[in-house]
Amino acid sequence: MVAKGMNDESLNPENAGRYWLLKGMREAICLPTFLLMCAFVGFAGLARENGITMLQALVMTSTIWALPACVVLITAISNGATLIAAFIAVTLSSARMMPMAIALIPEMRTKNTRTWVLLLLSHFIAITAWVIALRRFKDVPKQYRTYYFGGLGGTITAINQFVVLGVYLSANSFSPKVLGVLFFLTPIYFLTSLWGSAREVTGKIAMVIGLMIGPYFYLTLPGIDLLATGFIGGTAAYIIGRIWRKQTAKGDA
Amino acid sequence: MTFEAIDTWWWPLVFILIAGWIATDMWRWLGVLMGNRIDDSSEILVYIRSVATALVAAVIAQLIVFPSGALAETPVLLRIAAALSGFAAYIFIGRHVGLGVLAALVVLSAGMALGI
Repeated sequence: MVAKGMNDESLNPENAGRYWLLKGMREAICLPTFLLMCAFVGFAGLARENGITMLQALVMTSTIWALPACVVLITAISNGATLIAAFIAVTLSSARMMPMAIALIPEMRTKNTRTWVLLLLSHFIAITAWVIALRRFKDVPKQYRTYYFGGLGGTITAINQFVVLGVYLSANSFSPKVLGVLFFLTPIYFLTSLWGSAREVTGKIAMVIGLMIGPYFYLTLPGIDLLATGFIGGTAAYIIGRIWRKQTAKGDA
Repeated sequence: MTFEAIDTWWWPLVFILIAGWIATDMWRWLGVLMGNRIDDSSEILVYIRSVATALVAAVIAQLIVFPSGALAETPVLLRIAAALSGFAAYIFIGRHVGLGVLAALVVLSAGMALGI
């Protein structure tokens, strides 16, 4: 009932903004966030083992906010990489943020949205918030999606600062076997929810192709495997999807 | 210039900000500036979503096929079987993400307990 009322554009826009911000914050408390927290427990453990101080780990978590990039940076640091080498390695692992941002931004932008707001919000783009947003945006009025995404992304980011803090402050660590099982939940969560969030048949084809050629490129094109999978797999899926859509359109007519 | 090149408290943080923060957020900002010119109903967005989805799928496959830590000691076929069970449970039993995750977890732990 409340949700229905708030969808009404005649209501006070400020109240509605706060409503969707809070809704985003509430919906950040969910299974995927828990799985991400488990992954950050592992990250903090890795950071501590590699001599990264608590402050440094917190700065990494908050400013990078992409778990693979954090792991790449720590690996580079522990290998004694130079600033330029580390920068290039992280740049390669983070390039996937660009297509993710391009895909998400048009869905939360209205005529009145200022670009600096989107630039700030884009910091929260990482797989977890991206997948949740793609799935939930259809239930959020377009002019309030920035509020919703800010509440969602901000909360997930803040929670994981506390996870890293907690790992550094706690003396004992978790059993590696338990952590291993918990880490396995993350890809399964992405696998199922990404399938559920696919808008058109193209998305599902892209997923299947990406899953199949991803490991192959991991072995043959180390460093640029994700980008190669994205562009080659994504382009192939788009072409197949386009033919598919034309065929179904013909069938309907 | 390595992480330990300058022996002060601030140098490692500068290192992290340049090699971590800027190296990551510049892609997000670039994505915003490019996404800003695309209409949300345009065909090119279907293509961009397709690229982003294939890319995330590659991350998923990597986590399953080439994991790190204790998970790396389990056989790859067990992990793939667990992932397929999870996906099948999701597809065939009411499309609940939690159920899919649970099914994968059960298969993986059972396999580990049996020492497969």
